[in-house]
Amino acid sequence: MSILSRIASNRLTMAGGVMVALLFAVAVLAPVISPYDPGAVNTQAILEAPSLAHPLGTDGIGRDVLSRMIYGARVSLMVGFVAVGIASLIGVLLGSTAGYFGGMIDAVIMRFVDVMLCFPSFFLILAVIAFLDASIWNIMVVIGLTSWMGVCRLVRAEFMALRSREFMLAAEGLGLPSLRIMLRHGLPNAMAPVFVAFILGVAGAILTESALSFLGIGVQPPDPSWGNILTEGKNTIEVAWWLSVCPGVAILLTVLAYNLLGEGLRDVLDPRLREG
Amino acid sequence: MIAYLSRRLLGLVPLLLGITLISFMVIHVAPGSPMDLLTDMNPDASPELRDRLAEHWGLDEPLPVQYAMWLKRVVVGDFGNSLSRDPRPVIDKVAEALPVTLVLNLMSLCLVMAAAIPIGVYSATHPYSRSDRVATVFVFLGFAMPTFWLALLCMMLFGVELAWLPVSGLQSLDYDSLGPWDKVLDRARHLVLPVSIAAITSLAGMSRYMRSSMLEVFRQDYVTTARAKGLSERVVVYRHALRNAMLPVITLLGLSVPGLIGGSVIFETIFAIPGMGRLFYNSVMGRDYTVVMGVLVIGAVLTLLGNLLADVSYAIADPRLRRR
Repeated sequence: MSILSRIASNRLTMAGGVMVALLFAVAVLAPVISPYDPGAVNTQAILEAPSLAHPLGTDGIGRDVLSRMIYGARVSLMVGFVAVGIASLIGVLLGSTAGYFGGMIDAVIMRFVDVMLCFPSFFLILAVIAFLDASIWNIMVVIGLTSWMGVCRLVRAEFMALRSREFMLAAEGLGLPSLRIMLRHGLPNAMAPVFVAFILGVAGAILTESALSFLGIGVQPPDPSWGNILTEGKNTIEVAWWLSVCPGVAILLTVLAYNLLGEGLRDVLDPRLREG
Repeated sequence: MIAYLSRRLLGLVPLLLGITLISFMVIHVAPGSPMDLLTDMNPDASPELRDRLAEHWGLDEPLPVQYAMWLKRVVVGDFGNSLSRDPRPVIDKVAEALPVTLVLNLMSLCLVMAAAIPIGVYSATHPYSRSDRVATVFVFLGFAMPTFWLALLCMMLFGVELAWLPVSGLQSLDYDSLGPWDKVLDRARHLVLPVSIAAITSLAGMSRYMRSSMLEVFRQDYVTTARAKGLSERVVVYRHALRNAMLPVITLLGLSVPGLIGGSVIFETIFAIPGMGRLFYNSVMGRDYTVVMGVLVIGAVLTLLGNLLADVSYAIADPRLRRR
């Protein structure tokens, strides 16, 4: 069975994939599909319950919640992909170096990984963001800088296994430069688990971003993010349930979608991990 | 065993150095210095005073020297004093907050294990049954659940709507006037929500892990042997399979320490619990550099100890590992 038809045969994976695709569409088409400007204040419509005019109601200063949710999807998508992109890049570079060269280089890199794994990552992120400032760029960079260790370990393990394979030895025997062997011959064979880790990582980064924004040190208002909409929802939960329900459900479903897709891909791409 | 232990302890030294180095760097990449905090708002702070203060704290030394000076004090547990309005030594503040977080996490871990083991065993003994599928759905929801949102909803439901449980702090205002029995009850009522919400996310992962670990063990020859010699399914599952399936869980527990400490930021701020997470959050918000550095280092060292403890317990439980 080809990979695509295997994915299609698993309903949960498909569901995850469709949801992720939908989220992409929403994020890309945000300016087209959102009924209002996400920042437009309307003092005539404060904390209005969901209605035809405002399908998800309005917030404390009369902004349309649906539009803010749609733009929030953009934020979480961007944070997820950029942060995990940074993490994957670092992880792949360090992991392939460690796995390919072995010896002292490997020992030093892996001790560094061990040290980084000791820090509760949420503490590190919180500290750095509070000391720099809470812009969306800083958040993405810091989440990326604190979450590359898993990918690094994965890639290292793949490279260690690859090192003794004939095609790698042949490339070495031909006298190709190490960098070329690593990138052209090693890396393509080590990408499957990285891809899975990437998808699952996006889920984690979206959760982290929303938690940071909820605590007030993530995406700063007036820029909408699911986390900071929820913060406002917390304060008005007794009069405006939609402000705390919508972002929560959105985060839950988004993370769920990425996890379903990631787990499904893992089963398809890595037969060793398939459960009995 | 002693050789194993001393090897492990020796391996900790470079890690400890790395932890302190990274904590030190995190604070020093940040623009501004702790001195700004004291002098910015003070019109009397002349440049000379700033220089004197810098000299007093060693802030005029090059960074490597500052690191060495700081490390020398940290080794004996001296993290300096807090820069906040409550200028007690950092170590005292941590000593006050740490037990709260530890006890909370231990309680939620007990809850997690008490629920995850039966769920995992049931799922593994009845794979792909209806209940197993329900458990799978629950696991995916648990993984995706934003803890802070769940906490918020539970606070609303049980704290405000139904008014069954208190929603903040560890004790009521009138705690001191309560009788001994009521004191216990009061504490317990305050703990229900934070402990169970802290448990939910780990529960999903742990029950999943138990399931796959059990399935793995079921494929082993000794399980077939146990069945072949006519042992009842009960004995096979609980005496032979479960005990072996529990082994990797020890490692997983060790690895989950940083996540638990990190996660405590979220629910301790939500439930106003005076533990490490809230201490850290407040210090970060108040730019209390010394406390932030202290908590970072101590949190990381705790993780290190958690992992060590897990590895040692694994070695005790599984003699094969000691010889490696």
